[in-house]
Amino acid sequence: MTTHILAIDDSRTIRTLLTATLENAGFKVTTAVDGVEGVAKFQQSNADLVITDVNMPNKDGFGVIEDIRNGDVNRAVPVLVLTTESGADLKERARKAGATGWIVKPFDDASLVSVIKRLTGAV
Amino acid sequence: MIDRAILEAFFEECEDLLVALNEGLTDMCNGQADDETVNAVFRAVHSIKGAAGAFALEDLVGFAHKFETVLDELRAHRLAADDNLLRVLQRAGDILADLVDAARDELPANRDQVDPVIAELQTFLGKEAEPEEEFVFEALSLAFDPPETNRRFKVTFRPDHAFYATGNDPTLILAALEKIGTCTTTVQTDALPDRFSDFSWTEGYLLWQVEIEDLLDDFAIRDIFQFVDDLCDLKIEEVLDETGTDLPAPDEQGPDPLDATDEATGLAAEGPVLDVVDSEAQSLAKTEKSSKRTASTLRVDPERVDRLINAVGELIINQSVISQRIAEAALPNSAELFGDLDDYKLLAREIQEGVMAIRAQPVKPLFQRMLRIAREAADATGKSVDLITEGEATEVDKIVVERLADPLTHMIRNAIDHGIEKPQVRAEAGKPTTGTLRLTASQRSGSIVIEIIDDGAGLNRPRIREIAIKKGLIRSDDHLSDQEIDNLLFAPGFSTADAITNLSGRGVGMDVVKTAITALGGRVTINTVPGEGTTFSITLPLTLAVMDGMIISVAGQTMVVPIASILETIRPVEADLSKLGLNNTLLRVRGEYVPIIDLADRLGTASSKSLLTDRVLLLLQTETVAQCALAVDEIHDQRQVVVKSMQGNYGEIFGISGATILGDGKIALIIDPDAISSTKPKTQTAPFHSKKEEAYVTSS
Repeated sequence: MTTHILAIDDSRTIRTLLTATLENAGFKVTTAVDGVEGVAKFQQSNADLVITDVNMPNKDGFGVIEDIRNGDVNRAVPVLVLTTESGADLKERARKAGATGWIVKPFDDASLVSVIKRLTGAV
Repeated sequence: MIDRAILEAFFEECEDLLVALNEGLTDMCNGQADDETVNAVFRAVHSIKGAAGAFALEDLVGFAHKFETVLDELRAHRLAADDNLLRVLQRAGDILADLVDAARDELPANRDQVDPVIAELQTFLGKEAEPEEEFVFEALSLAFDPPETNRRFKVTFRPDHAFYATGNDPTLILAALEKIGTCTTTVQTDALPDRFSDFSWTEGYLLWQVEIEDLLDDFAIRDIFQFVDDLCDLKIEEVLDETGTDLPAPDEQGPDPLDATDEATGLAAEGPVLDVVDSEAQSLAKTEKSSKRTASTLRVDPERVDRLINAVGELIINQSVISQRIAEAALPNSAELFGDLDDYKLLAREIQEGVMAIRAQPVKPLFQRMLRIAREAADATGKSVDLITEGEATEVDKIVVERLADPLTHMIRNAIDHGIEKPQVRAEAGKPTTGTLRLTASQRSGSIVIEIIDDGAGLNRPRIREIAIKKGLIRSDDHLSDQEIDNLLFAPGFSTADAITNLSGRGVGMDVVKTAITALGGRVTINTVPGEGTTFSITLPLTLAVMDGMIISVAGQTMVVPIASILETIRPVEADLSKLGLNNTLLRVRGEYVPIIDLADRLGTASSKSLLTDRVLLLLQTETVAQCALAVDEIHDQRQVVVKSMQGNYGEIFGISGATILGDGKIALIIDPDAISSTKPKTQTAPFHSKKEEAYVTSS
């Protein structure tokens, strides 16, 4: 079964890049433009993994993770935080919110794909 | 290799983000520096930085980073939004836009402009040695280990509850380890509770031990534990001898007490708490304001829209053909049919409007850009100017928005350079020292009107006249009306600046502005009151593909004149006509005389009606000769016509802007009023000269 990724980012460019990279790698991709839409789509999407930006309008990435972790749907889904910052502080916040891991923008296509494969068990 | 299309999408997005940025900064300058506004500005810069990083646009990333850092300080209330900071932020916004442009054009950044702003931003951040977060992901091993490929490692990990709570799965880690080397895996189950009821789904009870052979180093292992090394008591040891000594017992205490403290104190003690609260409680309140920025849109290839527009054009033509056929068929009183036909017309119209709306875009981004132009122009000229924009939500065709940028830029610069006076001059004239420039857009009866209104000195007509004479545009004995003098501004080669300033000079004049607007099917008019200011009005058709036309006939030919140019239609009476010279006739309209232009004559044929009083005059507003009356044989109808370009097949035809298909299936040429009225009726040569020849005629 195709691995399904939900990518949440308010930047159209990043969404496009993610979609291109992930679809190339054979994943199915759904995108959302902010945290609120992201959580809503997550609840219907049956995603195998979520990638979320941190800084977004309406609901930030940490809010998204908290909603997922405290929700009723697939709460143990792996969630990757996509961020420009790489500080330890941010890592800690992501961790506290329940993030599985983090990817620093600009991301490297190959390592992103390998991380996703590892976290979802996709071949 | 990055797809060019994605890069294009990035620049498109940058445009949007820069608009949001400017909007936010403008709000902040107007004293609205609330958290959400600052956040929106921060996000815009942050998004540009994030995406720019993906394309390795270093200059852009570097600058955006500095910009963002200052905004972050502001966001955290460690800086106050005072005038000085706002000024620097605006400047930074401008530079950011420049850097985006430079990146798009693949040009290097203009360090002379960028660096001073970076330095200014830095002043808000304190000492230069800002601790850059250099977060090294994979430290390079500098040890001089011999490159062995058959090293053995023993990995021990006991996932704690946070490991499971963050969406990790030990079996996936085991699977990943098996991919990098030969694994021997054992699991210790000592910690399992005796009774099933003591189980907690978040607890980690299992201790995994994996021995991996045939490895070069432990990087690959660390990679796999990249996100969880702090969540599972990870130990990675190299196994140096073959005996496989017993493992050191893992920390029996487990991480639980520690995590419990984390949770108990975390919320109260840590800085990030703000964000946690932020995301939940405030997001609802913010939704309304923010949602306008993130309204979901559909991106469609413009070519598809063009195809649709073409098809709708055909539909409109087809509808008028059917209407006409039905009218001609003289059907017996069939009220139902006519009712259906009306419905069809209505639907066709609705579809047409809907399709046109797809291409429509608000002028807001365009106007926002002008704020900057005005600011720079004011700085460069030492004038104080407020640019006020109105009607930003007015929508016009995408192409129009794009093509208006240059003319508007030029006109704004002109208004500040030539229109608005220097502060002391204004003070002497009893005006406020700060000049006001208003940029407005509105929709008026099927047209879009964009006005640039300054409260400056107004046009200096004697001076304009003087210059025009000096430049040979008019003769010193020419008698010109005020309006004609004003319109000299649009004459090629005219510039009122005594010295060409690098601001509005640039060797091109308002004629370029006029040409650009004419090309969009629009026109520019000037209205000036000496001492009080000048208004430039740009009138544009709502759409480019369809226009309102007056169906006329001349010398047996059916033609179309754009309604936009027609001020009124007149059936002349003898008393209003007066001869001037041998061939020229003037029409008196409310005390003013306007020249009559015989359309048949201009087209190189003769009217089927010899007497002017039998014909109809269309009073036209044109750029070239202010007003004129175009004599046609008859007017038939007023309707929407679909404009078809003839350039592809026939090249540019002088006096004709295109063609359309009428309801009866016949083709009618669309008259270009400006061109028709500008040519001097000297020869009766071929019906249409080419534009080149014509240019030659007028300049000789």
